[in-house]
Amino acid sequence: MDATTIDGTVRFVPNRTQSWLGRLFDWKPFLVFLCMLPTIGLLVIFLTYPLGLGLWLSLTDTTIGHRGDYIGLENFWSLYDDPVFWGAVWYTIFYTAVATAGKFLLGLWLALLLNHHLPFKAFIRAIVLLPWIVPTVLSSIAWWWIYDPQFSIISYVFVNVLHLRDTYFDFLGAPWPARWSLIVANIWRGIPFVAITLLAGLQTISPSLYEAALLDGASSWQKFRRITVPLLMPILSVALTLSVLFTFSDFQLVYAITRGGPFNSTHLMATLAFQRAIPGAQLGEGAAIAVAMIPFLIVATLLCFFGVGRRKWQQGGDND
Amino acid sequence: MAISRRDTLALASASLAASSIPIIGARAAVSDVPTADVKPPSFKPEAGAELRVLRPAKFVDPDEVYWRQNTEKFTKETGVPVRVDFLSWEDLRPQTAVVANTGAGPDIVVGFSADPQIYVSKLVDVTDLATYLGAKYGGWQELAILYGTKWKTKDWISIPIGGGTGPVVYRQSWVKEAGYDRIPDDHAGFLALCQKLKQIGHPCGFSLGHALGDANGFASWLLWSHNAKLVDENGAIALDSKETIEALKYATELQKTMVAGTLSWNDAGNNKAYAAGEIGLTFNGVSIYYVLKASQDQKLRDMAVDTQHQALPKGLAKRSPMSATPMNAMVFKHTKYPNAAKEYLRYMMEADQYGPWLSACIGYWSNSLKAYSKMKFWSDDPKLAPFAGGMDTSYYSGYAGPVTPASAAVEANYTVVDMFASVVTGNATPESAAKRAAQQAARYYKQS
Repeated sequence: MDATTIDGTVRFVPNRTQSWLGRLFDWKPFLVFLCMLPTIGLLVIFLTYPLGLGLWLSLTDTTIGHRGDYIGLENFWSLYDDPVFWGAVWYTIFYTAVATAGKFLLGLWLALLLNHHLPFKAFIRAIVLLPWIVPTVLSSIAWWWIYDPQFSIISYVFVNVLHLRDTYFDFLGAPWPARWSLIVANIWRGIPFVAITLLAGLQTISPSLYEAALLDGASSWQKFRRITVPLLMPILSVALTLSVLFTFSDFQLVYAITRGGPFNSTHLMATLAFQRAIPGAQLGEGAAIAVAMIPFLIVATLLCFFGVGRRKWQQGGDND
Repeated sequence: MAISRRDTLALASASLAASSIPIIGARAAVSDVPTADVKPPSFKPEAGAELRVLRPAKFVDPDEVYWRQNTEKFTKETGVPVRVDFLSWEDLRPQTAVVANTGAGPDIVVGFSADPQIYVSKLVDVTDLATYLGAKYGGWQELAILYGTKWKTKDWISIPIGGGTGPVVYRQSWVKEAGYDRIPDDHAGFLALCQKLKQIGHPCGFSLGHALGDANGFASWLLWSHNAKLVDENGAIALDSKETIEALKYATELQKTMVAGTLSWNDAGNNKAYAAGEIGLTFNGVSIYYVLKASQDQKLRDMAVDTQHQALPKGLAKRSPMSATPMNAMVFKHTKYPNAAKEYLRYMMEADQYGPWLSACIGYWSNSLKAYSKMKFWSDDPKLAPFAGGMDTSYYSGYAGPVTPASAAVEANYTVVDMFASVVTGNATPESAAKRAAQQAARYYKQS
């Protein structure tokens, strides 16, 4: 016998050599990239491109009907000298601060009430969401009627039913009443979001903590201050961030009710940007106003996220 | 007559459901349009031609109904299919810009105001058609010439279809009660009338809020009737003047006579207040009268009978400083069928089509060709008289400068409106407000 099998082992040889394509798909970095491609595509088309276009437009003198030329920061210098723009910046900050505070105080209160055992709990919770569910344009039109100088239901009740006043309220006819009226409408619209979000947070707090506190003789205020508030912080910071963003970039409410009037006292940056860009046809300047919102939004987001909710969970750890 | 709040709500919703309003105004005989014997130019539609037309949405039903009927007749007679799209007013100007810039889409755009001047390089010259129509129908109204021709030339770049104007709308019986047979033409008299109307509990009301049409119209009247203007003939800002200061002082006095809340009125504000009987006098288009007249409610129809129109008071101006919002038909160079497009416009402007359309709109559009002012329906209902000459005016948006996009930007940003609003509410002195508004206006004029 011819001992041809020298070492007695058989080497495994794949019966089919892998094509370059197969190897490519087996290569993990490529596969990861491929799987992310749809998301990247969506983000590029719907976020990066519009944002980039907005940034570019803000550096040009584009108008509706004419492709503009690059003019550097001229739009921004021009806005710097524009009292209407600064008025809008000021009111946007004021509007956001006051409305957000209002929404959180009332929303937290509502969440605490809803967290108790109430009859028809599910039904009431559903009703609370209504202002949030109704399309903003519709609720804006409703508020527009409520604030109407001639047909306001509030004025009607005060003058014709209760006889407490002789004249109708002029809600929107002067700067300060108009500003406050819009803030009230915004708070009304925003409460459900805050309330339901915080309610979800409240329900994750273990009742045993409250029971333990009860045994230690804690007062209601102490329970709220030492248990509810700290454990609510994570969700509070998320809700606060979102709420500030929504309020800061609000548009529909102001546009439907006052269009920025009387004499620009209620312009938000978003409504002013639209007014300059589309009806006013100055696309470049409108884009510059929109771009000017970005730094404010970043600062507001950072403040909410790190100021209110500086917790380990944000870096992936557990809460302490 | 007392109309409750609830009635007014019902009225407002009724005017939203405008399609239920019956068409009023009998189909006028077209024999009442005097024409000259002029041979029409021959625009033979190209073989296989088809057209797409964009125009502003209707506010009164007959506007769309008759436009469509006339278009169908055109298709039947020429075999050229035409698709007409009615576009909401806010969307029309941006869409016109897209059509002009992309060089695609509709063959004809019936656009607003200065658009022909803005897109002049993209438009088919229509001098032949305009000359023919002018010769046949007694010439073009002054405002039609301004918007139809290229600035300072005799080249026609669009065919003006009509214009919407806003005279004084008032309750006859209340003005009489205040001691007047008609609206005084001078400032002092007009102010006195408004003061008396307030005394008898039927005040006037004009918007100085962010109401694009109404507030800009009122602000323009205040300026022009004092011989003040936004820009001079060369397009230089002329707002910061002693005439403007006078207008601001006058506006402050007039504001004291108004119903409360006018600073928050949008374009529907005065319509609602008038229909509710809250105000006795305002400036507006024919829409108030139209809705009242077409109402199912006897109370509102009675109010229509008591409603009267008159051209805006002259003040210091030589002519009534009343302008109109014109719609102009532009034929774009990208069309494959320029002849069919011109033929369509010729057809729509001829008495057999234009006459019934114009008379059914009862003044919503004022005619651009002079002969149509002679139609019987204008005198059958004397309330319509101011609308017959709606385009017979030398005043226009951005008066007295060149027609440019800048004046539209000033209006869209309520620069002049806010100047008045801040002064009449005591938030600014006339001098500082005029200065600031002039600076704001300069922002838009420098870019055009």
